[in-house]
Amino acid sequence: MNLRKYLVLLGVVIFGASGDALLSRGMRQLGEIPLHHWQKLIFAVVHPWVALGVLLLLAFFASYMTALSWADLTYVLPATSIGYVLLAFIAKFVLHENVTATRWLGIALIAAGVGFVAQGPALTHHPHHEETPEAEALSRGKA
Amino acid sequence: MRDLYAWLSIAAIVLASTTGDVLLSHAMKQIGDLGELRRRRGLAHVLARVVSTPNFLFGLLAMTFAFYSLLMALSWQDVSLVAPASASLTFIANAVGARIFLHERVDHRRWIAALLVAGGVALVAI
Repeated sequence: MNLRKYLVLLGVVIFGASGDALLSRGMRQLGEIPLHHWQKLIFAVVHPWVALGVLLLLAFFASYMTALSWADLTYVLPATSIGYVLLAFIAKFVLHENVTATRWLGIALIAAGVGFVAQGPALTHHPHHEETPEAEALSRGKA
Repeated sequence: MRDLYAWLSIAAIVLASTTGDVLLSHAMKQIGDLGELRRRRGLAHVLARVVSTPNFLFGLLAMTFAFYSLLMALSWQDVSLVAPASASLTFIANAVGARIFLHERVDHRRWIAALLVAGGVALVAI
């Protein structure tokens, strides 16, 4: 793990949380969508807040794919779950949702989990991993 | 009814996003470090390489389904309930999926982290 990789993980956190928050804001403005009007969901993505949210989630997706290219799924997911802490702050101070004491306790647990996984190795080493010539050349280059 | 619909959408999110995460993670491990690859071959090569990997496309399909389930759930409930509740269950499902399908070494540290995060996320959802 180096600075560049930590920045990619930070991108996953920030783009993910702000994207979700914007989606929430947009969907709230659109109101409840009943099951028999599911077509409305397709047009929901052209609502400005939802569209902006989708844009941020695309940035999230690019960072997430980059992280998964050099770290385990069971490392990336807990390590980036600090985003839920960020999301709770956005929900409280920007979207004015009610964040109770129980929710703050949950947030503390999430932070503890993040601290736990961040100390361990990022990638499982597979000695006989099925690799492409490119990936193989890259890992030889690094060794 | 509103709650039932929200939880049904949450179940759909968990199933679809776990399938998507496992497929995407597998695809990215096949390709190797994207940052290194971009420096050596350029961004266009990386993009072409990613979109021509079948597991990436299947993973993307599953994620699209998860995204629409998320929109559905958000139209019925607060984001501070929907996002953490679906994520909490997805953490556990992913730890199991990564161990079985990706052969990741999910040691004590990772199980504890997954359980702490999932528990925390569940508390946030109450």
